[in-house]
Amino acid sequence: MSLRINKSGLLDTIQDVGRYGYQHLGINPGGVMDTTAMQIANALVGNDLNEAIVEMHFPAAEIVFEEHALMALSGADFAAEINGEPVPVLHPVIVQKGATLKFKQNQSGARVYLAVYGGYRLTDWLQSYSTHLKVKAGGFEGRALQKNDCLFFKELQNYSLPNTEQLCKVLHWTVNADSLYMTGAVQFIPGAEYHALDSKSRQRLETASFNILQQSDRMGYRLQGESVSSSIQKEMISTAVTRGTIQLLPDGQLIILMADHQTTGGYPRVGHVISANLPALAQKKAGDKISFQKIDLSAAEEILFAQERNLQQLQNACNFRLQEYFGNKI
Amino acid sequence: MASAPSYHMYPCGDHAVTIELGEGVDGAINQKVISLFTYLKKQALKGVKDIIPAYHTVTIVYDTALLKKEIQAPTVYEWICEEIGKLINSFIPDTLDTARTVRIPVCYDLSLAPDLVSLADLHKISVDEVIQLHTATNYRVYMIGFLPGFAYMGSVHEKIITPRKAKPRTLVPAGSVGIAGEQTGIYPFDSPGGWQLIGQTPVTMFDVTKEAPCLLQPGDEVKFYPITLTEFQKTRSHEPSH
Repeated sequence: MSLRINKSGLLDTIQDVGRYGYQHLGINPGGVMDTTAMQIANALVGNDLNEAIVEMHFPAAEIVFEEHALMALSGADFAAEINGEPVPVLHPVIVQKGATLKFKQNQSGARVYLAVYGGYRLTDWLQSYSTHLKVKAGGFEGRALQKNDCLFFKELQNYSLPNTEQLCKVLHWTVNADSLYMTGAVQFIPGAEYHALDSKSRQRLETASFNILQQSDRMGYRLQGESVSSSIQKEMISTAVTRGTIQLLPDGQLIILMADHQTTGGYPRVGHVISANLPALAQKKAGDKISFQKIDLSAAEEILFAQERNLQQLQNACNFRLQEYFGNKI
Repeated sequence: MASAPSYHMYPCGDHAVTIELGEGVDGAINQKVISLFTYLKKQALKGVKDIIPAYHTVTIVYDTALLKKEIQAPTVYEWICEEIGKLINSFIPDTLDTARTVRIPVCYDLSLAPDLVSLADLHKISVDEVIQLHTATNYRVYMIGFLPGFAYMGSVHEKIITPRKAKPRTLVPAGSVGIAGEQTGIYPFDSPGGWQLIGQTPVTMFDVTKEAPCLLQPGDEVKFYPITLTEFQKTRSHEPSH
């Protein structure tokens, strides 16, 4: 009742919505980079939206199913194949014992998510299943997945296909995730030090394009563009920062804090990427270009709320389809 | 007489609000911060995911999507500011010093203190005087940040205030004790870092197997005491290895 890592990937970890309630101890929340992709993959297999999931970067792991399963992929498209058969993202897929899932090519996005019906059997650390690599806790033994690791399923999965030679079956329905990912400029609300930017820098922030640098990772996205300057000369006293905070570094360049950000920081906070934009941003990779657009806080909340409603509808539709297909089996 | 403190609030993104209780690095302001943090934690305000105290601020992280569904207000931000305002109005900061004192052994042997000699030279004092000054002060844990369990403590004696290294080290061993400006701190994990390293503690600062994994908490008072290299090695061998 498990899947086994046959070949490890660049960085494959177990993540959930993150570990909250411990930031006063410097324990950063972590969690999936693309929360929406996690929720869609879970919805596709009928799970709780926030069930812990496998997050993979490219090159991703090669995975062998040691038991039948109902799985789904979401987020990046890494041209997945099961024993040579292409497997699209955003579809539920019935997989048979012995099937091998491989990812051939990075076609779009930065992170792919793999959900199985029922979820993975794991032990939590401080009420979360997210892998904390620094502390070496949470997720799967506190580390990235390696060759021969077995992830056990919580539920027995009896999805056998009538044709014993068939190793997988892609179910025919999909979901439209477009409304859950913002396109165009990355929207932000002004941060506490936004007004310390000179007018030229403020303008530049909304007109220039910024390159995502190679050093970008789960902690943060380093940007390169025309430099931005503020009137703040002296070192600032550290305060808490959050996911999405855009900090101005001493060299005039910007960094956007992502899932594994530190809990506190002392650089000027130019702005904060709105929550609804973070999933789309999490699918950008080094070399991609982004631009910014300033909006106000109430608009940011409205966009997030609309996204939540769309997600709820998507989950209802998935549940309906699964019921229809499997009857009472799921 | 103690009364509700003055403060101002500002958004820290669309899912957090920061309450600022004063300016600068100041024990009295930080005492208000810790006291407000402790108070707010007990209130269990709806939708709150995290409360993070720092030098002069308390930041509250909340679930915007959840609150949007449940509350009647033009914005979640306005609602949470109002709720926090109401709570602060009935809050009296703890003026009594209820801090725990934690004594931490530090080995200042030069083999574990790569910046001790240069720091002493910079201030034109002896290595012994640096050790004496570093161990004479009772430090306050102003906040925890940077790494899990990394306590920012202050303030060191003015004679040993030293800026960070111009070029950070790529690897600082866990347990290293450092100085950065007027702050002192201990690295709980192997990590890159730019603090001036003047010693090492054999004590485990972060123990993942414990329910309360951090040795230090914001508001604690810390006193360092010197130990020899032999004592350091002996203590460390008794510590569980990771």
